[in-house]
Amino acid sequence: MKRRIIALLLVSAITAVALCGCGGDKTEGGSSKITIGIPQDLEDSLDPHIAVAAGTKEILFNIYEGLVKPDSDGNLNPAVAEDYSISDDGLTYTFKLRDGVKFHNGNKVTADDVLYCIERNADDGSGNALISAFLNIDSYSADGNDIIIKLKEADPDFLQYMTMAIIPKDNANPDTNPIGTGPYKYVSRSPQENIVLKRFDDYWGEKAYIEDVTLKICANADTIVMDLMGGSIDFFARITTAQAAQLKDSDYEILEGTMNLVQAMYLNNAVKPFDDARVRQALCYAVDPDEIIDLSFDGKGTPIGSSMFPAFGKYYIEETNDVYNKDIEKAKALLKEAGYPDGFTFSIKVPSNYQPHIDTAQVIVEQLKAIGVTAEIKLIEWDSWLSDVYTGRDFEATVIGVDASSMTARSMLERFVSDSSKNFINFNDPEYDKLLKEALTTVDDTKQTELYKQCEWILTNDAANVYIQDLAQLVAINKKFTGYEFYPIYVLDIAKIKPAE
Amino acid sequence: MKYILKKVTTMLITLFVVSVLVFFSFSLIPGNPALSKLGTEATPERLSALEHEMGLDKPVVERFGEWFTGVLRGDFGRSYSYNQSVTSLLKEKIATTLILSVMAIVICVVISLPLGIFMARKSDSKLDIVFSAVNQIIMSIPSFFSGIILTLIFGITLKLFTPGAYVPYHSDLIKCIGYMFFPALAIALPKISMVSKLLKDTVIKEAGKEYVRTAYSRGNATKAVFYRHVLGNALIPVITFLGMTFADIIAGSIIVEQVFSVPGLGRILLTSISGRDYPVIEAIILLLAFFVVLSNLIVDLLYHKFDPRIHV
Amino acid sequence: MERSKKVKLITGLVITALVIIMAVWGMIKTPYDPYSMDTSAKFAGVSLKHVFGCDQFGRDIFSRVLVGVRETMFISACVVFIGAFLGTVIGTVTGYFGGWLDEFLMRINDALLAFPSVLLALVVIGLFGSGKYQLIVALGIAFIPSFARIVRGEVLKIRNLDYINAVKLYGASNFRIIVVHILPNLKTVLLSSIIIGFNNAVLAEAGMSYLGMGVAPPNPSLGRMLSEAQTYIFTSPLAAVFPGIVIAFMILGFSLLGDTVGK
Repeated sequence: MKRRIIALLLVSAITAVALCGCGGDKTEGGSSKITIGIPQDLEDSLDPHIAVAAGTKEILFNIYEGLVKPDSDGNLNPAVAEDYSISDDGLTYTFKLRDGVKFHNGNKVTADDVLYCIERNADDGSGNALISAFLNIDSYSADGNDIIIKLKEADPDFLQYMTMAIIPKDNANPDTNPIGTGPYKYVSRSPQENIVLKRFDDYWGEKAYIEDVTLKICANADTIVMDLMGGSIDFFARITTAQAAQLKDSDYEILEGTMNLVQAMYLNNAVKPFDDARVRQALCYAVDPDEIIDLSFDGKGTPIGSSMFPAFGKYYIEETNDVYNKDIEKAKALLKEAGYPDGFTFSIKVPSNYQPHIDTAQVIVEQLKAIGVTAEIKLIEWDSWLSDVYTGRDFEATVIGVDASSMTARSMLERFVSDSSKNFINFNDPEYDKLLKEALTTVDDTKQTELYKQCEWILTNDAANVYIQDLAQLVAINKKFTGYEFYPIYVLDIAKIKPAE
Repeated sequence: MKYILKKVTTMLITLFVVSVLVFFSFSLIPGNPALSKLGTEATPERLSALEHEMGLDKPVVERFGEWFTGVLRGDFGRSYSYNQSVTSLLKEKIATTLILSVMAIVICVVISLPLGIFMARKSDSKLDIVFSAVNQIIMSIPSFFSGIILTLIFGITLKLFTPGAYVPYHSDLIKCIGYMFFPALAIALPKISMVSKLLKDTVIKEAGKEYVRTAYSRGNATKAVFYRHVLGNALIPVITFLGMTFADIIAGSIIVEQVFSVPGLGRILLTSISGRDYPVIEAIILLLAFFVVLSNLIVDLLYHKFDPRIHV
Repeated sequence: MERSKKVKLITGLVITALVIIMAVWGMIKTPYDPYSMDTSAKFAGVSLKHVFGCDQFGRDIFSRVLVGVRETMFISACVVFIGAFLGTVIGTVTGYFGGWLDEFLMRINDALLAFPSVLLALVVIGLFGSGKYQLIVALGIAFIPSFARIVRGEVLKIRNLDYINAVKLYGASNFRIIVVHILPNLKTVLLSSIIIGFNNAVLAEAGMSYLGMGVAPPNPSLGRMLSEAQTYIFTSPLAAVFPGIVIAFMILGFSLLGDTVGK
C-alpha cells in the first residue's frame, strides 16, 4: 500500500511540474517582441554574397542593404548610396555614399568597404564572378565619397545588381558573424531552432518598430496551425489555403498577396515524348489551371501562360493565358497526330518539402487521365531535385515554382536560351536565342520590352512547359500586429511590421 | 570481471562496424553536399571549388581514415550547412533528446509498475477486461497521432501548455521539463501499456509457481512473499524489455519531436539527411548507436547481477 | 483463463476478418474512384452518399480507406516477409554453424539492432529515394536483425538437444537437419514474432508517412491519410478519425490473435 501511495505521489508530482511549467508561458503582452515562423533554417550561409536559397535571402534582407534597395512597389531607392547618376551612354554609374551610415558594429561605411564588396563579387579568387553581370565591369574606383563604376557594354539592368549587400571589409567571418547596415542586427542562432534579431538603433533611415525578433524554425508544416492556434508564433509568411481555413475566427488575420513565381509542370524538352511540341501542347490542352486553383488552393491564385508573372507589369502578357483553354478533343487529336493515340506513361518528380506543388501534381495526374496519359508522382528530396532534375536534367516532368532573382525580365527568360547552364528543361529554339540576345543589349526600353514579349510568346506557342499559376501568398499575422507589406520579390520586410494599437 | 570485459569489447566492435557501415553507405547515396549548398546557383567551377574546400575530392577510404581518427579524438568534423563544429552543433540537441527519452522512460516506469502490479492482483475482476481493452487500444495508436491528440486536448482546448513554445533546458530547466511532459507522455503511452501488461502476466505466472505456494503454505505473510519472491523475479523480464525499448523510445522521440516542435536530434537529423550534411548524420547515428549499445550493456550487467545463473 | 482466451480469439478473428474484408473490397471495387476529385464535394461531411465524408480534394474517404487498408496491409506483409525470411535464413545459418561467420554476421546484426528501425529506414530511403517499394525494402531490412536474433537464439537451443545429436550420428546432412528437424520447431516462435512484427510494420509505415517518406501521393495508405489529415484537424477531424480507427482496429485484431498463439 505504501508503495502505491509513493507511486501515486510521484505521478502527481510530475503532472504538477508539467502543469505549472506550462501555464504561465503565453507570449507576453508587450508587443515590442515578435516571434516569426519560418519554414526552414538558413542552412546555406549567413554571408549575403554566398547565400543562395530564397528562404535565406528573404531574411538577410533585414540585416543587409545595398547601395540601392527595392521597395514594395518594385522600385529601387537609394540606400547606402544617397544618390546615383548614370551617364547618357549607359556606361558610367556614379554612386554618392550617404553620410553617417553605420554598420551594426558601430563603424562607418566607407568607400573602401563598397569597393571591397564589388571586388568580392566580381572575382571570387578563382576567376569566377559571384554576380555574373559583374564580368561586364570595366573598372571601378572611389573618388572621396563617390563610387564610379564603368561598364564594358551598356546594361539596362545593371542597377538591379547594386542591391548587392554592403559588408565591412574587416569582418573576417561574414558567414558566422553577419554585420550589415540594415534595420535589424543579428544576435544569435540555434540551428533548427531559432535565429534572434534585434532592432539596430543607429539605422540611417526609418527605424524598425519592433525591438526583438525571434525567427522560429517551423520545419514541420503540419504543426504550423497548432503553433499559431497555441500562440507560440505571431506571424507566418507562407501558409497554405488549407491552413488558412483552419485559422478562421482566430486571433489571426490572413493577408493575401502573390508569391511572384511561375508555377508550372516543367517538361524536359529533350526526352521522348516531350521532344515533340504537339505532345506538350496536348498536355497544355488537358491541364486546366483554373480547376487546379479551385481544388488545391480554394480558388486563390492567378493562372499564367508563360514564364512571366503579373508583378512584372509591362513584361507580363495576360493573353498568353488564353492560348490553351481546356479542350480534351483537341488534346487527343494532337496526341494521335504525334503518334500516341493511346497515350503514354511518364513520371513527375516533385520536391517532397513543398505541399502546394504536391497538391498541384495530384490534380494534374487526375486531369491527364482524361486523355489517356498516365502520370506517376515521384516525391524526391529537395537535394535530389537539385542534383537530378535541375543540374543533372534527368527527369521527364517536374512541378516547381521558378522565381526571379531580381526584378529583371532577363532573370526569368535568360534561362531558356539553349546553351544556358540554367536551362534545365533543355529548351532549344534558335529564334528564341536570337531574340533574347538582341533584347539583352537593347538600351531602348520600349524596343527591349517588345523583344522580351516575343520571347514569352515563343515559350507559350511552343508549349515549352505546362504553365499553371502564380501562387497566392497567404500571410497569417496575429491581430496584435499590423503593417506587413508584400513585395514583388521574395523578401520578408520585418521593419514594416508594427504593433496594432 | 571477465564477463564485463568481453561485453565492453563486443560493444566497441559493434560501434566500429556501425561507423564503417554509416560512412560507406553515405558515400554511395546519390546527391552531393556541395551541390546542395550551392542550390540553383551552382556552376561547374563553383561546384568543384566547394568540393575541394569540403574535402570531397579525396578518395573515400582516405576520408574515412581522417574522419575516424578524428572521432577517436572526439572531433566529429565540421557541419557543411552551419559552418561550425559538429560537436558544438549537437551538444544541445543531444541533451534535449536525452531529456525527452529519459523522461519518457521515467514516466513509463512510474506509471506502469504500480499499474501492472495492481492489475495482477485484480486479474479476476471485471476491471481486468477494461484494462486489457484500453491497453490494447493504446498500443495500437501511432505515437505521432497520440501526440496530435494530446496537443489538441491539453494544448489547444485545456491550454495547459502552448504548442510549439519549447523552452530550452539551459534557459529554464523546470519550464523545459514542463513542456516536454506531453511529448514524453506521447512516446511513453504505448510502452506503458506494454510494460504493465508484461508485468501483470509475469507476476501472475510467478505467483502460480511451486515455491511461492510453498512459501504461502509455510504461513509467511502474503505481502512479504509477494514483494520478496514474486516481484523480484517478475522484474527481470521487465528490465530486459525496458532496455530493449530504449532504441524504440529514441526512434519514437525522433517522430514525436516533430509533432511538438522540440528541437532535438530528430529535426536536425532529418534536415541533415536531405541536405547531405554527412558529418552531422554520421555523428548522430554513431551517438544514437552508442546510447543503444550502452543501454543494452547496462541491461546485460544488471541481468547478470540479478540472476547469476546466466552466463552468455 | 480459458474463457478469456476464447473471447480474445473470437474478437481477434472477427476484427481481423473485417479488416481483411476491407482490404479485399479495396482490391476489387470501391464505391467511388478513390482518386477522382470533385470541387463541390470538398470536405463533405458524413452522408449516405459518402459514409466517411470527403477529403480536401473532394475524394471519397471511405473508398480511400479501403484502398489504404489494402496498401498498408500489402506494405506491412511484404516488410514482415522480408524481415522474417531473411532473418530466419541468417539466424538459422549462424546459429547452427557458429564459428567466425556467426561472429561476423552477429556483429553486423548487433550494429543494425543498435539503430532504431525508423532511423535505419530513413537511411535506406536516403539511399534509394522514397516510394512504396523503397519503403518496403527500407523497413524490410530494418526488420531483419530482430528476427535473426530471435531465430538464432532458438536454433542454439534446439541444436544442442539430444535427438539432433542422435540424427547427426545417423549421418544426416546439415541441410536435412536444418530443414527437417530445426525449421519446424521454430514455428511457434516465428508465428508470434510475425504478428508482433506485422503490428510494428503498420506503425512504422504510419511513422514514415508522417515524416514524408511513405507512399507517393495520390496513392492512399492509412499512415499517409492520417498525417495529411493533421492540417485539417480543426475543420474536418473526420479525415483523421476514420483512418485512425482502422489502423487501431488492424493492430488490435492482430495483437488479440497474437495473445492466443504461442503461449
